[in-house]
Amino acid sequence: MKLKLKIWRQKNAKAKGKFVDYILDDVSPEMSFLEMLDALNEKLITGGDEPVAFEHDCREGICGCCSLYINGRPHGPAEKTTTCELHMRSFKDGDTIVVEPFRAKAFPIIKDLIVDRYAFDKIIQSGGFINVNAGAAQDANTILISKEDADEAMDSATCIGCGACVAACKNASAMLFVSAKVSQFALLEQGKVEAKERVQAMVAKMDELGFGNCTNTYACEAECPKGISVANIARMNREFLTAKLT
Amino acid sequence: MAIAGLFLVVFLMVHLGINLFLLPIAENHKEMFAEAAHFMGTNWIVKVFELVLMAAFLIHIILGIVLHIQNKMARGYTYKVASKSTTSFMSKYIIWTGLVILAFLALHFYQFYFIKLGIVEAPLAANVPHPQEEHFYELAVYLFSNSMLYSILYIISFVVLGIHLNHAFQSAFQSLGLNHKKYTPAIKAVGKVYSVVVPLGYIIIPLYFILTA
Repeated sequence: MKLKLKIWRQKNAKAKGKFVDYILDDVSPEMSFLEMLDALNEKLITGGDEPVAFEHDCREGICGCCSLYINGRPHGPAEKTTTCELHMRSFKDGDTIVVEPFRAKAFPIIKDLIVDRYAFDKIIQSGGFINVNAGAAQDANTILISKEDADEAMDSATCIGCGACVAACKNASAMLFVSAKVSQFALLEQGKVEAKERVQAMVAKMDELGFGNCTNTYACEAECPKGISVANIARMNREFLTAKLT
Repeated sequence: MAIAGLFLVVFLMVHLGINLFLLPIAENHKEMFAEAAHFMGTNWIVKVFELVLMAAFLIHIILGIVLHIQNKMARGYTYKVASKSTTSFMSKYIIWTGLVILAFLALHFYQFYFIKLGIVEAPLAANVPHPQEEHFYELAVYLFSNSMLYSILYIISFVVLGIHLNHAFQSAFQSLGLNHKKYTPAIKAVGKVYSVVVPLGYIIIPLYFILTA
């Protein structure tokens, strides 16, 4: 495959960035998107140019490191797929691929396609945990949890915190991420103890960091590589309202 | 935002209920319209709700604009390639449909509510006797039959309102945390029906006057 790439290049956080065009020949449809970028970088390094900086780690859709806004969609055109698991067979020979970093005020650019998603960690630090005595593990089934609740909590916990929801949302809202993190605790007995304080602290931190508000367009759910449901957002709204009113 | 919006949803139905008396749905529809207008203008419970309605409008409009500005600032940059996410066009343009409805509301206040308050005089050509609010029937008939442009603006405004409601109805429930596997599909369905039927109810009125002119 021969591809035309339009990639956002920006030297550092303060520099003015711009799109740079690259032509890449011999792209195999079997390559992952990141392998294609690796091939481009090898070519750039061989030619004495600066390689394109992009973030990656596990390359198996678990760590949440990879990002990229590809042709108008976070993580590219394949549904429920992270950029690292996106394959070049999703594109056609001769395609132009525009690669942009995730954009949000709360996610400033560090370099090229790498953005600082520390804001998500700050939200987690504000309440995304439970305070437990770190003693020996209890016997199984001492706390009874229904299968449905356990499943829902597990589904919420599959959020990898990649930030695609923020990148997709027209308001750069982090509601899907925060609500998934609120839900994974709120659904379980251990998490319910601190539920009220947690939701208020996390929402306050999210607002403070400059994320936008949710206007229920559900672009986040459509783009989430883990298929996190917007029902989590409703649950968070419910938790938040109850916490404020009681 | 959501609570004020849902109050406005109820208000739209009450208002439509009275407006439909503009059509010859009963023999004494003119008297019925006048009686309803008189009741709405004098009953003290309605007077209290009139204040709630004004508050709902103000809260809904001000919050809507503030949220829009906050949301624009949160992005801070426009993507080169516009989002291809599968969201409906009706939800993406909620602020713009809202502003069109606000413009219509301003016109509507000028043509009816301010006349009722005595701030504005009814157009002389409409030949509306005093007290004017008792004779909104004549005023409405005058506006619809005298100006095609007004009728068209009215129809467009309500089509836009339908687009606004199409997203807004279920959105209000979601914002209040009312999402449930069993009931959310029903809420969405009711919202879709409401967003077509209620604006259509309003649109029928100018259509009737255009067709019978």
